[in-house]
Amino acid sequence: MEAFNTLISSAVPMPIENVDTDQIIPARFLKAITKIGFGDNLFRDWRYDRSDKEITDFVLNNPTYTGDILVAGKNFGCGSSREHAAWALTGYGFKVVVSSFFADIFRGNALNNGLLPIQVSETDLDIIFRTIESNHAAQFEVNLKEQYLKIIDQDITIAFEIDNYKKECLMMGYDDIDYLLNLKPEIEVFEAEHTLY
Amino acid sequence: MVKDIDETRQVIYIDRHFIHEVTSPQAFSGLRDRNIPIHRTSQTTATADHNVPTLNQHLPIKEPLSRSQVEALTSNCAEFGVELYQLGHELQGIVHVIGPELGITKPGMTIVCGDSHTSTHGAFGNIAFGIGTSQVEQVFATQCLILDKPKTMRINVNGQLQKGVTAKDVILYIIAQLTAAGGTGHFVEYAGSTFEAMSMEERMTVCNMSIEMGARGGMIAPDQTTIDYIKGRKFAPTGAKLKEAIAYWSTLKTDDDAVFDQEYSYDAADISPMLTYGTNPGMGIKIDQSIPLSDSYEDPKQLVKSLDYMGFAQGESLINKRIGHVFIGSCTNARIEDLRQVADFVTGKQKADHVQVWIVPGSKLVSKQAIEEGLDKIFAQAGFQLREPGCSACLGMNEDKVPAGEYCVSTSNRNFEGRQGPGARTILASPLTAAAAAIEGKIVDVRKYLN
Ligand code: SF4
Repeated sequence: MEAFNTLISSAVPMPIENVDTDQIIPARFLKAITKIGFGDNLFRDWRYDRSDKEITDFVLNNPTYTGDILVAGKNFGCGSSREHAAWALTGYGFKVVVSSFFADIFRGNALNNGLLPIQVSETDLDIIFRTIESNHAAQFEVNLKEQYLKIIDQDITIAFEIDNYKKECLMMGYDDIDYLLNLKPEIEVFEAEHTLY
Repeated sequence: MVKDIDETRQVIYIDRHFIHEVTSPQAFSGLRDRNIPIHRTSQTTATADHNVPTLNQHLPIKEPLSRSQVEALTSNCAEFGVELYQLGHELQGIVHVIGPELGITKPGMTIVCGDSHTSTHGAFGNIAFGIGTSQVEQVFATQCLILDKPKTMRINVNGQLQKGVTAKDVILYIIAQLTAAGGTGHFVEYAGSTFEAMSMEERMTVCNMSIEMGARGGMIAPDQTTIDYIKGRKFAPTGAKLKEAIAYWSTLKTDDDAVFDQEYSYDAADISPMLTYGTNPGMGIKIDQSIPLSDSYEDPKQLVKSLDYMGFAQGESLINKRIGHVFIGSCTNARIEDLRQVADFVTGKQKADHVQVWIVPGSKLVSKQAIEEGLDKIFAQAGFQLREPGCSACLGMNEDKVPAGEYCVSTSNRNFEGRQGPGARTILASPLTAAAAAIEGKIVDVRKYLN
């Protein structure tokens, strides 16, 4: 996993609530057996019509919006547990997703793949959307160590929560398996005392 | 629990791990990259379900990508020593159907699978939840997961359900009350006389859809119904071990004075047959209600967008809407009890000419039992097509898709845009409501047949 520290980038706005994993990556694209290539089908059915023509009014097809940060409405990533949603977002190039709420499984999957989910208040989310609307190239700074997201144009700094364990993992580029493998002796002690029916 | 990492995070031991072809290949590759084995193969069960065709399963899978995923599962399981119920195996089926029916799922366990509807297994009074592929790899490697402590919610439903109202209607009703995000971050316990009166199949239908209100999982305390269901199944304990197990299972009740982060109570008599009109499972109404108006809806933009996709208007009733497809299947409603209920209802009736009806059993064992009981003949007479087991049109990963723009009354669990095929319009309902729609070719209130 790639380590994450700081990032300065413009952002892509998607003011839609309840963006579910079937929209992020439709089920018919889950047939790969590697993690590569999912970015091409990110938001497939919103990006392309049935004859594979670009749908021009969809935000990812609008060249004025670019950047490594996706800003989305409340309850982003609801639906299935498919980690392919996180792979599709990172595969496309996103490093951060900002929303006022993330579905649980999605949040965990994102963190395990070096994609930082930043949860902000509804009010702050609104400010961010309005900032991007008035200046498509507005720059944002994400600082993981100091736990803030800064709207550079407006000099507004928004603090965000992340627990220490996950923060450290992201900053070091470690994942949970590295941690768990070190616990093997303790796991075996637990197993010896645990009855399975 | 193996260890507390900090106040919110724990290392949890996983008793049973189910895997399938879609969310496991990258996890197997991860093990290979790290050069490590599966920690406990004996606690791991694999089946092929999401991608498999539901006709001519004895022939090679036609679609090359599906075939490569199913083949990857077979070779990965052989390489790492995992028991696999592959296509053609007499125990193959949808992962959440076979676990319980084989007696692998038992009370008091921790159960995970790379599929969000793992919450189904919670019907047995265990902690069961869906995980992502990195977590599949963690469980492979260590039989453990690192988890945040969840919040707790109790949903009480008391009283007797009306005739024609099923477990599926109960859960659709609850989700409509709480919305698609109403349970986020919570483990839900379903309690009250309505759930106590349910069979295990019905409890599984309820727990299955916990995820559709955003909950991590759902559970129902084990009781005599649970014990009676498990006894005698292939992997159920026997003899002294069974006695010991029952003694343990009987201790798995929530304390009387337990406090939940959230608690809701509903009256069973208030529940009608339910339908969804929108594009998430929280957008549900009683069959005799109309679609809400945007000015009374908490998220008007979402309502407008969903109705546009569905081709419905605000304030209209769904009764008498013409539909072209009926799908009776999925891990929500494809157990033998569901098939019996449908067969019982359609005996002597015929589907409407313009409707295509698929019945996709949840497993090979369900299929076999249906044929032994003669349900296949009833379905054939009614013009319902009984297919071979798999996830099928629940998620449209194989060739079982609903054409763009067409309506499908479906017993599955998700009505997301494009879920049953690009442009497909899904109306979630109970098997009874689906069967009635198949007969009339339009949406009807099934209670008119029963009273
Ligand atoms: S039937 Fe549908 S919900 Fe159930 S496991 Fe298969 S795809 Fe998932």
